[in-house]
Amino acid sequence: MGSEAGEGGELERSMTGAALADANAIPRCPGPTSVSGALVSEMIRFLLMVNRQGQTRLSRYYSDVELRLRQSLEAEVVYRCLSRTKDQCSFVEYQDYKLVYRQYAGLFIVVGVTDDENELSIFEMIHNFVEVLDKYFSRVSELDIMFNLDRVHIILDEMIQNGNIVETNRSRILAPLSAIDKICDG
Amino acid sequence: MPAVSKGDGMRGLAVFISDIRNCKSKEAEIKRINKELANIRSKFKGDKALDGYSKKKYVCKLLFIFLLGHDIDFGHMEAVNLLSSNKYTEKQIGYLFISVLVNSNSELIRLINNAIKNDLSSRNPTFMCLALHCIANVGSREMAEAFASEIPRILVAGDTMDSVKQSAALCLLRLYKTSPDLVLMGEWTSRVVHLLNDQHMGVVTAAISLITCLSQKNPDEFKTCVSLAVSRLSRIVSSASTDLQDYTYYFVPAPWLSCKLLRLLQCYPPPEDGAVKGRLVECLETILNKAQEPPKSKKVQHSNAKNAILFEAISLIIHYDSEPNLLVRACNQLGQFLQHRETNLRYLALESMCTLASSEFSHEAVKTHIETVINALKTERDVSVRQRAADLLYAMCDRSNAKQIVAEMLSYLETADYSIREEMVLKVAILAEKYAVDYSWYVDTILNLIRIAGDYVSEEVWYRVIQIVINRDDVQGYAAKTVFEALQAPACHENMVKVGGYILGEFGNLIAGDPRSSPLVQFNLLHSKFHLCSVPTRALLLSAYIKFINLFPETKATIQEVLRCDSQIRNSDVELQQRAVEYLKLSSIASTDVLATVLEEMPPFPERESSILAKLKKKKGPGAVSVTELDDSKREGGELNGGGERSSDSAAMAASNASTPSPSADLLGIRSSAPMGAAPSAPGSLLVDVFSEAGPAAPAAAVNNDGFMRELEQPTDTSDSLLVEGSGDADSAPPSEDPADPLPEADELLNKFVCKNNGVLFENQLLQIGIKSEYRQNLGKMYLFYGNKTSVQFASFSTTVSCPGELQSQLNVQSKPVEPLVEGGAQIQQVLNIECLTDFCEAPLLNIKFRYGGALQNLTLKLPVTINKFFQPTEMNSQDFFQRWKQLSQAQQEAQKIFKASHGMDTEVIKAKLLGLGSALLDDVDPNPENYVCAGVIQTKGQQVGCLLRLEPNAQAQMYRLTLRSSKESVSKRLCDLMSQQF
Repeated sequence: MGSEAGEGGELERSMTGAALADANAIPRCPGPTSVSGALVSEMIRFLLMVNRQGQTRLSRYYSDVELRLRQSLEAEVVYRCLSRTKDQCSFVEYQDYKLVYRQYAGLFIVVGVTDDENELSIFEMIHNFVEVLDKYFSRVSELDIMFNLDRVHIILDEMIQNGNIVETNRSRILAPLSAIDKICDG
Repeated sequence: MPAVSKGDGMRGLAVFISDIRNCKSKEAEIKRINKELANIRSKFKGDKALDGYSKKKYVCKLLFIFLLGHDIDFGHMEAVNLLSSNKYTEKQIGYLFISVLVNSNSELIRLINNAIKNDLSSRNPTFMCLALHCIANVGSREMAEAFASEIPRILVAGDTMDSVKQSAALCLLRLYKTSPDLVLMGEWTSRVVHLLNDQHMGVVTAAISLITCLSQKNPDEFKTCVSLAVSRLSRIVSSASTDLQDYTYYFVPAPWLSCKLLRLLQCYPPPEDGAVKGRLVECLETILNKAQEPPKSKKVQHSNAKNAILFEAISLIIHYDSEPNLLVRACNQLGQFLQHRETNLRYLALESMCTLASSEFSHEAVKTHIETVINALKTERDVSVRQRAADLLYAMCDRSNAKQIVAEMLSYLETADYSIREEMVLKVAILAEKYAVDYSWYVDTILNLIRIAGDYVSEEVWYRVIQIVINRDDVQGYAAKTVFEALQAPACHENMVKVGGYILGEFGNLIAGDPRSSPLVQFNLLHSKFHLCSVPTRALLLSAYIKFINLFPETKATIQEVLRCDSQIRNSDVELQQRAVEYLKLSSIASTDVLATVLEEMPPFPERESSILAKLKKKKGPGAVSVTELDDSKREGGELNGGGERSSDSAAMAASNASTPSPSADLLGIRSSAPMGAAPSAPGSLLVDVFSEAGPAAPAAAVNNDGFMRELEQPTDTSDSLLVEGSGDADSAPPSEDPADPLPEADELLNKFVCKNNGVLFENQLLQIGIKSEYRQNLGKMYLFYGNKTSVQFASFSTTVSCPGELQSQLNVQSKPVEPLVEGGAQIQQVLNIECLTDFCEAPLLNIKFRYGGALQNLTLKLPVTINKFFQPTEMNSQDFFQRWKQLSQAQQEAQKIFKASHGMDTEVIKAKLLGLGSALLDDVDPNPENYVCAGVIQTKGQQVGCLLRLEPNAQAQMYRLTLRSSKESVSKRLCDLMSQQF
């Protein structure tokens, strides 16, 4: 799992330069979306990882959002978060969600939560997630996430289960993955 | 193989992903994906059996393609096959595919369930976790049926691994949310609560989500969690940052768990046990103290985690709303954040302070930050922060600062973001009305509002200013003068023309004495705007013109000429043409008397809840009202209007909106904004329509000035005050089955109904109770309307009317039971029959009980049945009056009170109140024209009691002397008590 540059020189290793050459990935035109699903208590409704070009790199929904609505929802969410500047606050009201987002170089992580969720705790959960990824991938980049989607999902599933934070301790989050890697390497 | 892939990297997958990345265009990408899909399809269909690795690789590719936004309609079977693999990575991909591409294909679910069953019994903790994740993610009915009884056992079993417990807790939460009927409470429930004590913090973190949800639904069964949560919280809060090593995040011990514990406590009232409460208060104080300590790290993560806990603690303090000391400390802390350099903190502080403003303990403390908040409104660079600042200003507004806040909001409106203008306009309009001390300020504010943000001024706002001007004669002249001036502007907003047209049409005469605003000048001014306006506004102006003909006969020729010209009388718009033709005819054939009757000044509108407030509530309503929903309801309202439902019958009292089953016809104005927004399209003849309106609706009413205003004259929505805001008392009502004591404000509410029969008796955040009543002789009929303001059903709804003590023998009240269920947004009706046996002093009690989201609501009000309701007016001349007056000169027959005026001493208002009392108001009886005298007979079953009343105002001293004489001491005394509260 070397950190040396990939064989194709075009593969950037750091998030900072991870710009893809796809001009068509500009946010699609925002359309109305509606989201069903019973709202019982505060919870995380979805988590998205999106790059600056608006391409979704990871998406996980914890409430039923119809497939055809996901695209427009993602487009709208990305459009709203990407258009914001650094001195704007990290919470955006959107429909009946609150979006909490954090930017890491070219990658945005956007979490949609119910209105009564504690914003700062979600904001820091995002950072915790990124730190776990960083620990596992030793300096995580957008490419790590693309090429190791299954592992990123394993990590996320250890942290969040159907919309609730379930574990926050980094080494415990990584425990199952370390076990797998041991089997594979050995 | 690209070096980026971790572990047992799948080369084919990596190549595919690189290919996609290298695509130069969207078309190329789609082409590459379709090629891959075809490839996978053929592989899956091929004769050669695929090994686990290949299946995993292809399923993984499908997942990636799905992520790119392409629908995946195959591969499910292969994913299910992977579930039975013994390799973790293969099994995991299988479960992931199923979790992400949820498919309730029942055949598959059975297969999936089989695999899950195997994994759950495998005793391999990682397999068990995968299976539990999958149930939690899919959460379908079939899965609940198969596993609902199994999961609790796994959760509380002594030998279950920690990680499995965590997954089991969340899995059970999901099943409880989707199929609560299948998750049976049992012996496990008490053991779940004790998971709060679990050594393992991860288990506590997972379990607390489950416990919170269970507590919300069954607060009593899970009460014990309060003390456990408090002691857990206390241990975390008081620990050194090194104690909980693994769960310390940037020197903050277990921030997420702390937040969740504080959130759980918000499901309950403050702990009753003194020791527990003491410990909790100590925790909250420690959290507040820590905010003042120097940070242990300069990292933003440290302060964010700390503040996440702090904000949650403040939420709990606000939720309890019982510790003034903590509330004020919370307010000070938020005050510091208002000036913090972190935008996030400023945003959250403004948001949190907004709820703090509504607490009586901290309202004043919040007000001290007004300058900072105004500054935020002006200088914040983020619109969402500015919006929070505007919300907070609205929340902290009261009589003392209303003028300043309204002025600031108005000036902000000039530059405000388009996204929040409409809401700002509504807020300004509401504050201006709510805190108007003098109504000229109110009129100025609203006209400014139209000038600054005319496009965003909805119909509700300009309807409202007209309602108020019509109802308050002290402001009519000023309003006429001000709109006249406003209309002088070369370009003024169409809404201004509407208000101007209406007000000059009604009250133009009040300024006609000044040659600068003579009738013709007024008319020419209005008419100069005519051609720039839309059809509805033109229609309104035509009505104003015909009113001018009545007010100022000298304008008749000019106006008739305007009406007669082709562009009016042959207008292609049916409505305009009809108005022109009918008004022209009316003005030429009707005699002055008829004209004067038909075009008489509009009678006062029944007072009721502000339609603006209803609109704002709707905007902010329970949950969030999406734009489409609003549009839908508008459309619905439109159809109702256009459908000609509003026949004269429907205006009659019994058949008023209230009894119409349609949920959109709502007596109490909860939805009244919707039909109001609809375009008017009057079916049939305008005049016929108008006259039928005027019939039972308002006997004195003349021609409706305009088709639009029809909505305003509905004799339905009434309210005791201009603005009734939810007091939220029902929320805090004690959860007891006995009828609650009458609300503290019950007497005050009762007093509001002494002089009127219809209106909103009570309103809080959940419920609105409207009343209509009519009395004849000693009998009365009262209609009660219970409106559910929430979107959630009220269950076990019941009402009881009781006559306490003596009243039992004095008054006979009969009621029919009501429906036990009131759907969200719906309204139910109850009829009471009342018989007055003999005179009485007390009021009957109305107790209402219902369950809202599990919590019992219990409130008691006084029904506004007072002795004066059984008055029959008696007309008599001066001589008769004083003769009887003298006959009733014994000391015990008279009751007298001298009291200070608590409202303005406006003649018309006093007269209206005396008429509302039910007796006859006698003119030319008292030698002093300033005084008022009334006469009537109280009808009871047993006897008739003649009553005389005299009210002597002293304007200079702002005092009244009220004298009541009747043949019965108790009647004189009771009437005197009642009436002295009215002026």
